[in-house]
Amino acid sequence: MAVLLLVIPIALGLGGLGLCAFLWALRSGQYDDIEGAEMRARSDD
Amino acid sequence: MCCTDAALAYVEAHAAWSEANTRPSLGRNYDAFVTRSHAGAARAEFAVEGVRCAACLSAIERGLAEVPGVALARLNLTERRLAVEWAPDAAADVEAIRLRLAALGYAAHPFDPRRPADAEAAESERLIRALAVAGFASMNVMLLAISVWAGSVSDMTPENRDLFHWIQALVALPAAAYAGRPFYEGALRGLRVGRITMDFPITLGVVLTLVMSVVETALGATHAYFDGAIMLLFFLLIGRVLEQAMRRRTRALAENLAALRCETAARIEADGSVRDVPLGEIAPGARVLVRPGERVPMDGRIERGRSEIDASLVTGETVPVAVGEGARVPAGALNGDGALVVAVTAAAGASFLDEVEALMRRALEARSRIMVLSDRATRLYVPLVHAAAALTGAGWLLAGAGPHAALLAAVAVLVVTCPCALGLAIPAVQVVAAGALFRDGVLLNDGSALERLGRIDTVVFDKTGTLTLPEPVLVATAGDDATLGRAARLALSSRHPMAAALARAADGAEPYPGAQEAAGLGVRAVVDGVELRLGSPAFCSAEAQAAAALAAAPEASVICFRAGAGEPVAYPVAQALRPDAVEVVAALRAQGRRVAVLSGDRASAVAAVAARLGVAEWEAGLSPQDKIARIEALGRAGRRVLMVGDGLNDAPALAAAHASLSPVTAAHVSQAAADALFLGRGLAPVLAVLAVGARARRLMMENLWLAGAYNLVAVPLAAAGLLTPLIAALAMSGSSVVVTLNALRARGRPRPAPSLPSGESGPAPAIPAVLVP
Repeated sequence: MAVLLLVIPIALGLGGLGLCAFLWALRSGQYDDIEGAEMRARSDD
Repeated sequence: MCCTDAALAYVEAHAAWSEANTRPSLGRNYDAFVTRSHAGAARAEFAVEGVRCAACLSAIERGLAEVPGVALARLNLTERRLAVEWAPDAAADVEAIRLRLAALGYAAHPFDPRRPADAEAAESERLIRALAVAGFASMNVMLLAISVWAGSVSDMTPENRDLFHWIQALVALPAAAYAGRPFYEGALRGLRVGRITMDFPITLGVVLTLVMSVVETALGATHAYFDGAIMLLFFLLIGRVLEQAMRRRTRALAENLAALRCETAARIEADGSVRDVPLGEIAPGARVLVRPGERVPMDGRIERGRSEIDASLVTGETVPVAVGEGARVPAGALNGDGALVVAVTAAAGASFLDEVEALMRRALEARSRIMVLSDRATRLYVPLVHAAAALTGAGWLLAGAGPHAALLAAVAVLVVTCPCALGLAIPAVQVVAAGALFRDGVLLNDGSALERLGRIDTVVFDKTGTLTLPEPVLVATAGDDATLGRAARLALSSRHPMAAALARAADGAEPYPGAQEAAGLGVRAVVDGVELRLGSPAFCSAEAQAAAALAAAPEASVICFRAGAGEPVAYPVAQALRPDAVEVVAALRAQGRRVAVLSGDRASAVAAVAARLGVAEWEAGLSPQDKIARIEALGRAGRRVLMVGDGLNDAPALAAAHASLSPVTAAHVSQAAADALFLGRGLAPVLAVLAVGARARRLMMENLWLAGAYNLVAVPLAAAGLLTPLIAALAMSGSSVVVTLNALRARGRPRPAPSLPSGESGPAPAIPAVLVP
């Protein structure tokens, strides 16, 4: 069961990484204009 | 001094006939709307009108990139705002941006950079961060909790179970401390003013669950409820985030509307130059320039120039008044065809506006004492739940259980009744119903207004600008079509609101070259050697025709046209009823609602409108105090009144009524007092608001009953000591999902997009039309 001491921190760490990535995206304004982002992705250039 | 005074020269040019300068123009100075970053680059934000699609996005951004000096132009499609940054060494030319956007077909106006910082945006970011943390924690804690549940039926050792519980505590405790802050703070705020809000039982439930779980873990017990506590926060935060997003969207659009209505003033500086500044920067004693067709920004006295003003938005009176030097003009009055220099007199506490605001504040205080459904539910819920928990503990003790077991059962009752479903029951309906109203062209100011709108039995309308369209239209034609065409083409050269009504008949014709306008008289042009005149009866020597036209349409005003020495023609112009006003009033009466008209306008005009609508109950010539008194009398008689009005004089009545509604063209004080704003030319949103309000209220009650039913099942389980973490998790999430799904029914059937004022149609959501007078 010693493997738990390795696996659980890895799982929590990966989850935490995802959380940090989301918070970073939020802070850098990527959720400020959801509708616009959708349109930008669809335009040709 | 006189020769360099641009503003005075402009006023003089308007007051006099002048071949050289028939349409004086004056550049605008928007420096007050530009901010500079520390690197020296200028930046301005604009509200943009008419944006609907991806094509607009690239057209605007690419079009502005070509403007010299512009470093970056970025359009936010959600909020319909444009941010422009100039290169560090370039001059910030706001007017060039506006002209470029106008050429592309969009109206735009810069925002006041010193407007209060967007508290809604900060709050919504805080809630989203809390939601992200709660989401992360609830997923990880649930992962560990499920291992324990699975382990308890297989071969998990007690040591491993305790380890898993401690890891859950390690994740859940800091996450709950962070993500639960909006609720803890809300509960504390409520307690400080001696009120128990819904946040209180939520906080109590979360804290008790966590404390009990830590104690149980330390004692090596089989069950811990970390997953339940954190999941509860996650669900409740979803509700809060949605609610906040709804409020923010409404607010952003309302702010755009305010900016697009050019709520700025052209201040005349000491050196005679003219600067456009936000209203907040105007102090009493300042001199402002009011161009033809603009609204007077502040109460004041005319120092120079003459014109006609239309005070219908202020008093409801529809007949324009001629004003000259020395006359007082109220804020919000629409200037006619002359340019004016106005000395601002409105000191705080003295003007008509302040009087209206004082009345309004009093009325709003009275309204805030009305208990909303969620308050009533909390009042009922909290004592019941706490009594149930106490009874459970006492019951177990009497039955001979130990104090530990009795306490555990009592806490389990509190945990399972933690108002997850109850917390979502009302906000979820508000969010869905607000979205449905948004689609129908209604912006809801206040979510709690829905339940008030759901129980309306009396509808009171203002006349001017509410039952009627805010701008005058031609009510009857006179003379032949060719004459009307020529008069309409000439009207294109005038900025008088009455001429604008005639100009709509011009069908895309070009204005006559060389047309001249004179304030207070009219406009003239010489075409093929014949002098054409359009203006007042005296200007066209058409007194007889004017009298005849007025006899036929007593609520109208006339504008006259004469070609050379020919027979003059008088066109009656009046504020027409909104296109569907008759049907909407009939529908309201068919639904059994009482309909009344309260107006500040003269009796003959109100009588004509009331007769066409078939409304017997009307009063005219009312002051703001009279209106508020009528509304309060109706309220005392037990009627729940919906007030629909737009004028400054309606604002106190809007605040005093049980619920209120304003068109977006309303004065901004009225917009602030109204529960909701509606867009477009029709009155149909009134029916939509009442229908959605009634549906929303019904669903809220259903949801409260559902949440109550959930407790009826869950409390006996918890009191009997049968509550395992698995059952708690299923019960909480199950009841939240049921309540949310039920709330989705507030959407109703999708309706076709409302007709837009500019005649555009299509799948685009209702977007405010140009509101610049």
